Amino acid sequence: MASTGASTNIGGAAGGGIEIRGLTKTFGAVRAVDGVSLSVRPGEFLALLGPSGSGKTSILMSIAGFELPDAGSIAIDGEDMTYVTPAKRKLGMVFQKYTLFPHLSVLDNVAFGLKMRGVGRGERHRLAAEALATVRLDGYGARMPAQLSGGQQQRVALARAIVYRPKVLLMDEPLSALDKNLREEMQLEIKRLQSQLGITVVFVTHDQGEALTMADRVAILDKGRILQLDSPKALYETPKTRFVAGFMGETNFMNVRIESSATNGVSVRLPGYTLHEVPAPSVVGRTIAGAQAVAAVRPEQIVLNGSSGAEALPATVTGVIYGGATVLCIAQLADGSEMRARLSDPSRVSVKTGDRVHLSWPADALRVYGEEVAA
Amino acid sequence: MSFAGTLATPPSAPSALGRLWLGGRQISVAASAVLLAPFFALLLVVFVYPLLSLLSTSFLEPHLTAANYQRVFDNPVYLRVMLRTGWISLLTTVLALVLGFPIAYMMTRVKGATAALLTACVLLPLWSSVLVRTAAWVVLLRRDGIVNNALQWLGLTDKPLTLLYTEGAVVMAMAHVLLPFLILPIYSALKNIPDDYMRAAAMLGASRTRAFFEVLFPLSRAGIWSGCLMVFLSALGFFVTPALIGSPQELMIATLVSQQVREMLDWPFAAALIGVLMAVVATLTMVFSKAISFNRLMGGGA
Repeated sequence: MASTGASTNIGGAAGGGIEIRGLTKTFGAVRAVDGVSLSVRPGEFLALLGPSGSGKTSILMSIAGFELPDAGSIAIDGEDMTYVTPAKRKLGMVFQKYTLFPHLSVLDNVAFGLKMRGVGRGERHRLAAEALATVRLDGYGARMPAQLSGGQQQRVALARAIVYRPKVLLMDEPLSALDKNLREEMQLEIKRLQSQLGITVVFVTHDQGEALTMADRVAILDKGRILQLDSPKALYETPKTRFVAGFMGETNFMNVRIESSATNGVSVRLPGYTLHEVPAPSVVGRTIAGAQAVAAVRPEQIVLNGSSGAEALPATVTGVIYGGATVLCIAQLADGSEMRARLSDPSRVSVKTGDRVHLSWPADALRVYGEEVAA
Repeated sequence: MSFAGTLATPPSAPSALGRLWLGGRQISVAASAVLLAPFFALLLVVFVYPLLSLLSTSFLEPHLTAANYQRVFDNPVYLRVMLRTGWISLLTTVLALVLGFPIAYMMTRVKGATAALLTACVLLPLWSSVLVRTAAWVVLLRRDGIVNNALQWLGLTDKPLTLLYTEGAVVMAMAHVLLPFLILPIYSALKNIPDDYMRAAAMLGASRTRAFFEVLFPLSRAGIWSGCLMVFLSALGFFVTPALIGSPQELMIATLVSQQVREMLDWPFAAALIGVLMAVVATLTMVFSKAISFNRLMGGGA
C-alpha cells in the first residue's frame, strides 16, 4: 500500500467537499433517509441535528460506507464513493463510544491508520506522537486505553482519526458519553483543531447547543428529510418550520387565530384576545383568514410589565425559578397555556407566584407558523 | 439472617478469600464455613481421598520407593506412550481450533433461526454420550463403512482404505468430541468484542483480513487460550475414543493406565503413571493460567 498523504504532515491538508444526491435508505418499512441531497463545502463544519430516528446517523453511516444506500449517490472530494468500501474512502471517524483498541497502547492506537497505510514503524510512531501532542496528550503514548479517563480516550480517538490527514472527518455523537463540563471543553477543542487543520467535519448530534456552538452550518433532520440547512444564527432567528423552531432552543408556542391575511403580513389574535400585526418576513407557511395557526416567541425576548398597551398579554405568574445569570418566570395565559420568560437581570426581578403581569416583546420577535406547505 | 440473597463479593473487597457477602450483608466466617462445608466434604470424600490414596501407593508399595516412577521413565515404551499422548492431544487441539474458530465466529455473526440452529448443533453433542459419538465414527470409518463405500463408488480407490485404527482417525474423533469446549470460550470472547472495533479498524483503512488479524484475533486471544487449554488437557486423559478408534499403535496414557489396573493388576505402577500425568496437567494449568490472566490484564478479555 502506498504511503501517500501520511508523510506530508506539516501544512494543513485542505478539506474535501461531499456531494450527496437523492440519498435514500430504507430499513424494512421505515424510510430512514428519504431522498436527501446535501452538499458539504470543503473545510466546512457541518452538523446533522435531529431527534433519534431522524436519519442523521444513517446519513453519516452512508458517507462512511457502513450502510449502502438504496438510491442516490455520494461523492467525496470529487470522487464517486457510493459503493466503495469504508477502508478505501480515506476518511477519519470518531465514534460515539471511544472504540480504542484495548490491546494496543495509546501510541499504537493512534498509529493504527498509518500502519494500515504501510508507513514504517519509526515514522508512524513519530507522527502518532505528534498527533497526540495536537490533542494535548503528549507523554501518554505508552499507556493502555483503559488507564485513561473518558475525555482523554476521546482525545486519543480524535488523534487516531486525524493522524493520517484525512480530508473529511466524520463524528458520530462523539461527546455524548462525557459529562457537561468536559463536553463543553471538548467542543472548543474540536473546533480549534478543525480550523487549524482545515479539515471538513460532518458531526452528528442530537444536542442543539452542541450544534450551535461548533457548526458553520446545521442541517435539521426529521423523519429522514432535511427540514432546514442554515447557519446557526439563521436557524435560531428565522426557523422555517414549527419543528425547527421547537428544536433549536427554547420557544413558547401559542395557539392563535388568523384574523386577516395579506401580502405584507397577517393579523393574529392571541389567547387573552390581544391582536397582533405580524409582518410578512415573520410568517411562514400558508395562512388563511379564520384558520388556526401557531405563534412562537423566544423566552429571552419576553418583557414583564414593560408595556400595558393593547398588545401586552395578560398572564398570571405560576412559578419563578432562579437560575444564576437568568431567572425563569413561568406564567399562565387566559387559555391555560404556559409561557416561559427568561429574564436576564435577576436582581431586578420582583415578581412572585400569583402576580398578575403583562407580557410583551419587540415587534419582530413573534413568528407565525401557518399550515405547512409540502416541499 | 436471610439466605435469600445472592452471594457476592463487593467490588471494594480486595481479597477473594476475604469476607463473604450475602444479600449485601457481610456474613461471619463461621456461617460461610457452614455453607461451604457440604461441598468440600463431598469433594474430600469422593475425589481428594481416593486420589491421594492411589498416589500414595505409587510411593509406598511395596515399600517407600521411587521405583514405580523409575519404571515410567526408564522403559522407552512408556515414555513413547506419554510423548504420543502429548502429540495426539496437540494435533487434536490444533484440528479443533481450525474447525472451531470459524464456527464460533459465525455464531457471533448470525441472528435468529440460524443462530439457534448453530447453537443447537454445537451444544447437542455435549449432551449425548461420548461413547455414542465415538461409535458413530466407527460406523463411518470401518472397512465397509460409509466413507469407504463412497470413495469406491466415486472410483477414487478400488479397495477399502484402512481408516479406522489410525492416528488420523483418533485425532479426528477426539477433536469432534471436544469441539464444544473450544467453541464456547472463543464464542464468548468474540461476542464481547463490540462491532464498533471492526468498524473503527475499517475506517482506519484496514481490509477485512487485516482487521481480523490486527483486532479481532488479538482480542479473542484469551478465549482461544482457554479453549485450547481445555481441549488439550481433556485430550491428555481421554480414554473412550482412543480405546475404541485407535490400535495399539495409538496407545495413549489413559488406556495404558486401564491396562495396568485391569489386566496387570499393577496398581502402584498405574498410580505412578497418573502421578506423572497430573504433574504435567498441573504445571500446564499454572503456566497458562498465568498467561491467560496476563492477557486479560492487557485488555484481551474485554
